[in-house]
Amino acid sequence: MNLNQWLKTNTYHHSAFSDLKELVERKQQKNLSISLCIPTLNEDKTIGKEVVIFKSELMNRYPLIDEIAIIDSGSQDRTLEVASSFGADVYLSQDILPEQGFKRGKGENLWKAIHQLTGDIIVYIDADIKNIHPRFAYGLIAPLILRDEVQYVKAFYDRPLAVSQGVRVSGGGRVTEILVRPLFSLFFPDLTAIIQPLSGEYAVRREVLEAIPFPIGYGVETSHLIDVYNEWGLGAFAQTDLDQRIHRNQETQALGKMAFGILQTFLRRMESLGKIQPFPNLSTVLRQFQAKEEQFEMLEHAITEEERPPMNTIEEYNNKFTGSKFAGRNKKKPRKTGNRKETENKA
Amino acid sequence: MAGKHKKLMERIPEYEERIRALGESVLANLVMVSEIPAPTFHERARMDFLLHRFNEYELINCSTDEVGNALGILPGTEGERNIIVVAHMDTIFSEEVDHTVSIQPNLITGPGVGDNGLGVAAMLSLPMLLEHLNIKLKSNLVLMGSSRSLGRGNIEGVRFFLGNTDLDISSGVCIEGVELGRLSYSSIGMLRGELTYRVPESYDWTRFGAGGVILNINEVINKILEIPLPRRPQTTIMLGSVQAGTGFDKTPTKAVLRFEIRSESEEQVMSLGQQIEDIAAEVASRTGAEVSFINIAQRRPGGIAFSHPLARTSRGIMKQLNIQPRISPSTSELSAFIDREIPAVTLGLTTGEDMAQPGESISLEPTYTGLTQLIALLESIDEGCCDES
Repeated sequence: MNLNQWLKTNTYHHSAFSDLKELVERKQQKNLSISLCIPTLNEDKTIGKEVVIFKSELMNRYPLIDEIAIIDSGSQDRTLEVASSFGADVYLSQDILPEQGFKRGKGENLWKAIHQLTGDIIVYIDADIKNIHPRFAYGLIAPLILRDEVQYVKAFYDRPLAVSQGVRVSGGGRVTEILVRPLFSLFFPDLTAIIQPLSGEYAVRREVLEAIPFPIGYGVETSHLIDVYNEWGLGAFAQTDLDQRIHRNQETQALGKMAFGILQTFLRRMESLGKIQPFPNLSTVLRQFQAKEEQFEMLEHAITEEERPPMNTIEEYNNKFTGSKFAGRNKKKPRKTGNRKETENKA
Repeated sequence: MAGKHKKLMERIPEYEERIRALGESVLANLVMVSEIPAPTFHERARMDFLLHRFNEYELINCSTDEVGNALGILPGTEGERNIIVVAHMDTIFSEEVDHTVSIQPNLITGPGVGDNGLGVAAMLSLPMLLEHLNIKLKSNLVLMGSSRSLGRGNIEGVRFFLGNTDLDISSGVCIEGVELGRLSYSSIGMLRGELTYRVPESYDWTRFGAGGVILNINEVINKILEIPLPRRPQTTIMLGSVQAGTGFDKTPTKAVLRFEIRSESEEQVMSLGQQIEDIAAEVASRTGAEVSFINIAQRRPGGIAFSHPLARTSRGIMKQLNIQPRISPSTSELSAFIDREIPAVTLGLTTGEDMAQPGESISLEPTYTGLTQLIALLESIDEGCCDES
């Protein structure tokens, strides 16, 4: 597909969907149900406002969203209390699919949400957005309601902010520009059209979500893009400009960890797709330095990007959704689940 | 009438729980309003949001005017009278300030959430709240987000509307986010002035000394403090701010003093204003500095009496809801109603802290009582309980 053409037809600004009344009508005509998932870990500063805004504006005022759920990784602060006090459904990730065990990571929460939530479309919104607004959800949901061929809608943030302490320009973050975009340019040039591949806000159809594996850590967004592209092509994507997003700024060292996790996931995908020769076993320890007075101290971070298999390979999930319109479709065998031995054998 | 009023008073406490059920929608309005910067004279974006909401509620005559007020009318079942609810849209915070609001279970924090984000959100939520409570007013309810209220705005928005509307307004209710218990039905005489001293380029420092204009302002302040103020009528002079100089080692060439005179007597206000202007001129004449005196805003004292049915009913509702009334004269929107002899009151909705700071915060829980009080008063006005016989 011609990238310029794709940018023209599949890139939106949220203001194109501000007629929520019409959007709700179209949703009802298509008999779609929509779930909002907010994955959390210690987000009590921002979660209350997110729940209030989405519940009031997109459930009560305009019934666009049918359920709002917080999937929490074990917050130590008041995240769960605050969220439930404003009426959100709150789940502990470890209580969902207990037979599958519990792994700590945002991707784990996203994956388990597929089992817990019932919507035909799931929209994921990060919990740390300070300037939350209904557009963060409807801007992503709308292309899925309006265009049947679109499967996966990604957010990007294009409007520059006045930078002050703790607030930064969000469009094209550092890890995107330094790592992901160069990698995509080398191996998946089509995916460079995704302006902000690492944004944590996206809306996806269930039949896509249940058919792709989920890295539980930093690599989940990158892996999604590669898998959806591989299976459904660039035409399955759309992206929406949500203006600005104010959130916590991350230290460079934290971004280093993120980049390390993403790189592991990326290399694994490249191997399994046969785009590169298999590597020998690679280290999963990231080494960083910090200076203490005159001494340099080495920090070691063990970062292993584990992966969950496609949800439609999980028995409990298939049992739960038996009889639903999703039952029996698109079933995939576990693939490329991060088991290096298996991957190497395949390659 | 008395029977109707009694029944109304009896059912007021039930409202509170039912209003609580819509808490998140009021909160959402509060967040969305407060996060739109609206410094005085720059309320456009906030006005657009209000009009969008008014249209969503299917109000009629949703419109703006030459000074940027946002207006919508919830038609009454009979429509013979017009009750107006006003909340000023502007805030003291510039557009550069981070307007992000944060919500905790009982605390909402952000610039202007109390003054007057909550007031605007409450006004905006009225159609939804009335519908939820199944209250159908006989009177038309005119909802107004007023522009240009604070400081130099000099309540121009509400003044413009009242001076130019064809609607016959029978009563007015002004809403302020803070403080629950606030009850104003009279306006105090007020004059807000700004004195600016400048030293001309040709200033002869050897003749007048090198102290600069700070000394001028200091002398003016000393002389203002010497002015005897009467106990009756109650009169005060507030020295609000002084700005002068630019650093440590530069002789200041410009100084500004802002002050406000308040008195129950209009004559006192005028007389004190004149005295301060004279003092300023005298000090300037002795030092060779240039002085300018600007009358920023002025209010006439007046209002309805303590025994007026609107005031009495307001107190009665507060008593029924266990709100301790704090009766004080106002210099805000209420003055514009008083000037036109329209019975009106100002109510507060909740408790607040760190007002006028970026970390301004308000409590959620008392808001439900504040909203109940507002709706009960509107119903009372609508029932004719607040009319003078």
